[in-house]
Amino acid sequence: MELIYSLAIGVFFACGVWLLLRPRTFQVILGLALLSYATNLFIFAMGRLTLDRPPLIDPNVVADASLYDDPIPQALVLTAIVIGFATTALFLVMLIASRGFTGTDHVDGVEKGE
Amino acid sequence: MTLYLILILPFVGALGAALLRANARNVEAWLAGLVALSCAAILATFYPDMVAGRVVKVAVDWLPQYGLTFGLRLDGFAWMFAMMVTVIGALVVVYARYYMSPADPVPRFFSFLLAFMGSMLGVVLSGNLIQLVMFWELTSFTSFVLIAYWYHRTDARAGARMALTVTAAGGMCLLASVLMMGHIAGSYDLDQVIAAADAIRASELYPWILSLALLGAFTKSAQFPFHFWLPRAMAAPTPVSAYLHSATMVKAGVFLLARLWPVLSGTDLWFAIVCSAGLASLLVGAYAATFQRDMKGVLAYSTISHLGLITLLLGMNSTLALVAAVFHMLNHATFKASLFMAAGIVDHETGTRDLKRLGGLYHAMPITATLALVAAAAMAGVPLLNGFLSKEMFFAETIFAGEELWLRITLPATATLAGMFSVAYSARFIRQVFFGTAPGELPRTPHEPTRWMLLPSAMLVLACLLVGMLPGRTVGPVLDLATRAILSDGRVPKYSLAVWHGLNLPLLMSAAAFVGGLAIHAWLTRLGHPEGVLAPLFRRFDGKRAFTIVQIRMIRAAGALVRLLSSSRLQTQLALIIVAVIAAAMVATLGELNFDASTALTQIDPAFALLWLVGAACAVGAALQAKFHRLAALIMVGCAGLVTSLTFAWFSAPDLALTQVSVEVVTTVLLLLGLRWMPKRMPLELQNRDSVRARARRIRDATLAVVAGIGMAVLAYVVLTKPAGPGIRDFIVRNTLPGGGGHNIVNVILVDFRGFDTFGEITVLGIVALTIYKLLRRFRPAPEVVTNSADKRDPARELPDPRDPVPKGAMLVPAIIGRLLLPMAGVVSIFFLLRGHNAPGGGFVGGLVMATGFIAQYLVNGTLWVESRLRIHPQYWIGGGLLCAAGAGCLAWFASLPFMSAIVWEPKLPLLGKLHLSSVLVFDLGVYLLVVGTTTLMLIALAHQSLRSHRRAGETEDMTSVRMVR
Repeated sequence: MELIYSLAIGVFFACGVWLLLRPRTFQVILGLALLSYATNLFIFAMGRLTLDRPPLIDPNVVADASLYDDPIPQALVLTAIVIGFATTALFLVMLIASRGFTGTDHVDGVEKGE
Repeated sequence: MTLYLILILPFVGALGAALLRANARNVEAWLAGLVALSCAAILATFYPDMVAGRVVKVAVDWLPQYGLTFGLRLDGFAWMFAMMVTVIGALVVVYARYYMSPADPVPRFFSFLLAFMGSMLGVVLSGNLIQLVMFWELTSFTSFVLIAYWYHRTDARAGARMALTVTAAGGMCLLASVLMMGHIAGSYDLDQVIAAADAIRASELYPWILSLALLGAFTKSAQFPFHFWLPRAMAAPTPVSAYLHSATMVKAGVFLLARLWPVLSGTDLWFAIVCSAGLASLLVGAYAATFQRDMKGVLAYSTISHLGLITLLLGMNSTLALVAAVFHMLNHATFKASLFMAAGIVDHETGTRDLKRLGGLYHAMPITATLALVAAAAMAGVPLLNGFLSKEMFFAETIFAGEELWLRITLPATATLAGMFSVAYSARFIRQVFFGTAPGELPRTPHEPTRWMLLPSAMLVLACLLVGMLPGRTVGPVLDLATRAILSDGRVPKYSLAVWHGLNLPLLMSAAAFVGGLAIHAWLTRLGHPEGVLAPLFRRFDGKRAFTIVQIRMIRAAGALVRLLSSSRLQTQLALIIVAVIAAAMVATLGELNFDASTALTQIDPAFALLWLVGAACAVGAALQAKFHRLAALIMVGCAGLVTSLTFAWFSAPDLALTQVSVEVVTTVLLLLGLRWMPKRMPLELQNRDSVRARARRIRDATLAVVAGIGMAVLAYVVLTKPAGPGIRDFIVRNTLPGGGGHNIVNVILVDFRGFDTFGEITVLGIVALTIYKLLRRFRPAPEVVTNSADKRDPARELPDPRDPVPKGAMLVPAIIGRLLLPMAGVVSIFFLLRGHNAPGGGFVGGLVMATGFIAQYLVNGTLWVESRLRIHPQYWIGGGLLCAAGAGCLAWFASLPFMSAIVWEPKLPLLGKLHLSSVLVFDLGVYLLVVGTTTLMLIALAHQSLRSHRRAGETEDMTSVRMVR
């Protein structure tokens, strides 16, 4: 599973970088979405991959960290997901506004050769 | 304590002056004048201490960890200088009251003038060197704003910029020098630095210390070759020129030289640099002053020359010369300030300062003329005036300064030559303005100004006379105080302030200067006075030109550097960032990657492999389709998000999975709403796709992407195959239930352990939502989207009529179902919120579910229909959420706990049994409310854009803003 997981991060990241370098704003916004998936998965992986051990405490068992998946990366990723949503929304509006003001959806606000 | 008042009063006065009305000239002048006089009065009370030779010191800790105190130190020299600053300051204020026109905004003027006075007093009274440099730079700054007082004038702005650049750069050099001195002395305290004088002079850093300190002093005192800023600073109002650029600020340089005289002087290097700079300024200034056309220009160059004289005296390494230097600082301040005032009066009454146009003013303004005549005579060094005394002392010193023969001849000879020019320009100044006849009509008919405007000048001239005739009784004690303070170890030489020293060599030199000066004047008058801003012979050495050239070159070089290292194109910037990140990661990890698994790996599940096959296909598909098939790409990205969410669920992260799914829904809706505003892809762009450059760029980007992807995959794999470090998870897991009172560790971390962090995060969310709202209100959609009327003709796409009970048309069934969904969504969201502390869920997820319910209404029923029935007021949700979260944090205060601590209350209720109530639930409720508000505000703001395309711009603006704001 670790191998698949790593490859998955790699594919998402590569596609994200590719889209990030494209000239159209919509491509960049999708690229950012893919990049944030990859990054969140990567951060989440810092707690290593564990099966069937969600960080929900069973009061009948003595609290021991080895019984649960590492909750700290999870908390960090949860924050990151929400903030990522906010920045995507902001970027989308910037994109629409830039399109309205400049008449183009090129990332630099001008078409090449103009 | 009273010593602090001297420093505090001007700054407080500056603040007060700034707040007065724009035309309150009288109040401003009273305020400023009283501040100056009070400072002088306070200083006067210290006179007995000064006579007794005591040094008054006060200090408070400033940065104790760096050994810095904010200390004031008043000794005789500082007393003399501070007295000069305050008394001349008071006179200048009176003068300025009548000089400034009612049209000028005086609060700014008097405020800056007082701030300058405070800064200058700070320089003079500083007990430690760092503090001195700080006030030094403050004087540069206040001088800048005062020169640029009439900022609508180009010359004022340019002059101010040049003055600031030169003097502030000098201040930086001085700071470096002071740091080195403090390093050697072990303290920045002035007394300790003076005590360590021998060590400093013996240090191998001494040449650096000296030259940097001298750079500071020379730039401030406008010494050659940095003199060029001073004539350009004459664009300032004349009171400023009289005060800052002749009497006080430019004296800060020579003040510093005198202050550090016991530390830095006495070496050949000091003699060589200080004397040559002083001599050059003396001669160049006097020579150039003879050829100026502007009255203030003459005075500016003459100031350079006189400051050069003081510098030269300080450079001679002789205590007697030091006495003469201090004496001349006082004398120059009196006669030069008075001359500036006279120039200002002439300008004020005639409307011009041009020597070529002026003439014969003696008849129109005899008092002004007499005052100017006496002051100019003092400047030229006529006997029975103060200028004569210090000039005699100067001449005497030049004879004995050098040891070598050539010095003993050239120094007195040059001094006499400079004296000649000094006489020549003084004579010309007076003769051109007040005698003869004016060549033509003057802009205004000249007449004597009001008495009050003459008073300051008259007092200064009176001082010139008194000092000139009775030096021993007037200035003698003060001079004695000042020199004793500088030469602390009682090295004060014997000197005599008598007017008549007998027939000796200095007197002969004075006589020669007079005869020669008058001869030069007569000769130049016969030649018709060749003129220009720069004197003949000196046209090629234009400091201003050099300064401008250097400035332009530096700006160009900076621009070239930016162009070299940066780009305005986003794609290039991003590519550079990615390359840098890859390079950094490679440098850090190369050769240290270990692919051997040292921990038990999880068994491969075919379902998971299949899941990610889909995920990878979606990602690649999205990457390829994002340009021409946006909707398809968007669906694929959403699919990739779902795969991510499933992965979280797979590996024991139910909270993440829930959040990811709900965020995914909202994001997709958001992007779908945005799709509408994208332009059509033109087939024209296909033609460029196969050009060599486009292909090369695609190859470059693909390479970067592949390298980055492989890098991330390798990094992830290497990390995943090693056991995790200890971290803080043990602490968190052990304390979640007893400390946080919840079973869901992730939720406890978010609302309790890291509650403050979450509070910051939801604040950011709220700000983003408001930003989006604001951005979209200002936004005008691209024209072709608005005029695109294809869908208007289609009756199925008509907007639903708000008056219908249910929307008609194709959306009828979904509308009914969607309406039923809203209460369900509400219940589910509250369920998630309440159980979040113990099971997967929480405020974020709950809020997103609720928001999705709202959005569904908009989607199926249309904006107008929904808003005619349901007002959501997202901004109230946002505000309420923030207040709720902050209030939950503040609750802890009532239990005397720090902000954001959890408070638990477990009441036993008759029917329900034992309840677990915690303040973190209130906090999570805040998160919930804010997330609902934020998400709906964003989506509604975007949805309202669609209305704009159907209606005329003005109409929709009203509709949307009313709906959104109410």
